[in-house]
Amino acid sequence: MNKIFETPLYPYTRSPDQGCTPVARRRVVIVGAGPVGLAAAIDLAQQGIEAVVLDDNDKVSFGSRAICFAKRQLEILDRLGCGQQMVDKGVVWNLGKVFFGDRKVYEFNLLPEDGHQRPAFINLQQYYFETYLVQHAQQLQSQGAPIELRGQNKVTRVEDRGDHVALQIDTPEGPYDLQADWLIACDGAGSPIRAMMGLDFVGRVFEDNFLIADVIMDAEFPTERWFWFDPPFNKGQSALLHKQPDGVWRIDLQLGWDIDKEQEKQPEKVIPRLKAMLGEDVNFQLEWVSIYTFQCRRMEKFRHNRVIFAGDSAHQVSPFGARGANSGLQDADNLVWKLKLVIDGKAPPALLDSYDTERVYGADENILNSSRSTDFITPKSQQSRIFRDAVLDLSEHFAFARPLVNSGRLSLPCTYDGSDLNSADALPDGPARTRPGAPCPDVALEGGYLLPQLGNEFVLLCINTAPPQALQVNGIAVRPLALTCDGQTNTALAQRYLGDAPAAVYLLRPDQHVAARWPSYNEPEIRAALLRATAQG
Amino acid sequence: MSRLILTPNLDRPDDVYADLLAAHDGLDKAQSDALNARLILVLANHIGDRQVIAEALQAASRAGQPV
Repeated sequence: MNKIFETPLYPYTRSPDQGCTPVARRRVVIVGAGPVGLAAAIDLAQQGIEAVVLDDNDKVSFGSRAICFAKRQLEILDRLGCGQQMVDKGVVWNLGKVFFGDRKVYEFNLLPEDGHQRPAFINLQQYYFETYLVQHAQQLQSQGAPIELRGQNKVTRVEDRGDHVALQIDTPEGPYDLQADWLIACDGAGSPIRAMMGLDFVGRVFEDNFLIADVIMDAEFPTERWFWFDPPFNKGQSALLHKQPDGVWRIDLQLGWDIDKEQEKQPEKVIPRLKAMLGEDVNFQLEWVSIYTFQCRRMEKFRHNRVIFAGDSAHQVSPFGARGANSGLQDADNLVWKLKLVIDGKAPPALLDSYDTERVYGADENILNSSRSTDFITPKSQQSRIFRDAVLDLSEHFAFARPLVNSGRLSLPCTYDGSDLNSADALPDGPARTRPGAPCPDVALEGGYLLPQLGNEFVLLCINTAPPQALQVNGIAVRPLALTCDGQTNTALAQRYLGDAPAAVYLLRPDQHVAARWPSYNEPEIRAALLRATAQG
Repeated sequence: MSRLILTPNLDRPDDVYADLLAAHDGLDKAQSDALNARLILVLANHIGDRQVIAEALQAASRAGQPV
């Protein structure tokens, strides 16, 4: 086993909050030091908001678990200051190949467009992802940022008292009480916080088992996502092969429903399956084996007054499409700027209801995509298998069938169409991809990229129009950013942000989503849009 | 908006019907089912309009039920 996930990274130490009277009150308490909880804590602390992370463990994820991190999430990590480290360690990939039986039926490129700083995806073991976030958090803490990780702190009671949340926490030295102005529950699909609050988590169960095997091998496979429908080495089922850093390969084999899970996890069962796939003469070593089943479900509401759920605790999807950890990071991205404005007294708590609306919308999109992928990959009736195989047979010969092949619709950020925070689109000639609610697409500019210049605060992006002085609306700063483009320079900027319009002004949210856009600068409209984007309109 | 045509639209209906049968000649049940599925997908793509396909699905479902 790799040592990284056996080493305590934030071992238990006694906190002054333990046994103090009156009970200590912290600004934001986050339960769960997984990718989502750590990202939220870093985002808050970097903006000066106190964040205390509690975890019943003191180590990173056991096993590689989430391995595919998408472009949008790397952009979020860039905003948090640790994107480059992830990309440097991760395996960059854009290409996927799909096999049916023993033939390759087609291949796809997830990022056919240039001008993006980040690739479509990197593969990186969750334990590295979490390690880097933990290190970043500890570095921030050493620089005086208000962030703290408390290992072996297990929440045993939670009570929303209207103006704060009361917690009881168990530690190796016994229990203590703690209060939080706000609680973010990032404690995973089996969320103990959700259970303690008696909240429901309903959805669809998929009757299938999948074997995950991480193997270390020197193999000649290219850095691509390979997906097999009904391969000769796993008849009637599916298989996936994916490369991770350190010569580790993720192999995912569908096993079916009626199996003996404990037996299937044993090396004497796993190794012959892998040899059938990789060939008898390939030398490999098992790093981690797990069997999973999955459900597609979500909570009815993600915000329960002062307790807010984010990541798997709020919604769960099948792994096809890499929409689990990726969507959790979008939750944190969406939540933190809103929570900061509410804590700073610059926006009403109602702004947090838009977290609920927007991320429920995102979760439904992810559940829909993930359920459809699952229905394609694991047909549950004879007729659905007939159609599935028909699509695969056609895809080998005709381009039209290829968009129907669904080996996982890989995670893309959602556009918050219909969100109350959006203002009506005043640039109808502008590109649909940058309409209000959309995440900003990146663009290569002279000497850098667009996205690193956006985020953390509201930005007024002025293209081919004079920028105003910096603006303040009810204490909320709006930072102008002026860019120009014509037929020769920055053509991607024109394609992605102007369309047929000669000029444009965009109001961009701190999470790099478009709040509003116009053909020219109009201060009253910008003020109104900013108030709307902060639930004051 | 285009609508599903449910009035006679084939200029030589007997020929088209014979072509359908001929395509299935010599196929077993599984091969025929697979052929039908491929044909439906090819035709759906040619139609290219989700609304028309939805109307076709409705019409086909309805016609299979007792009047």
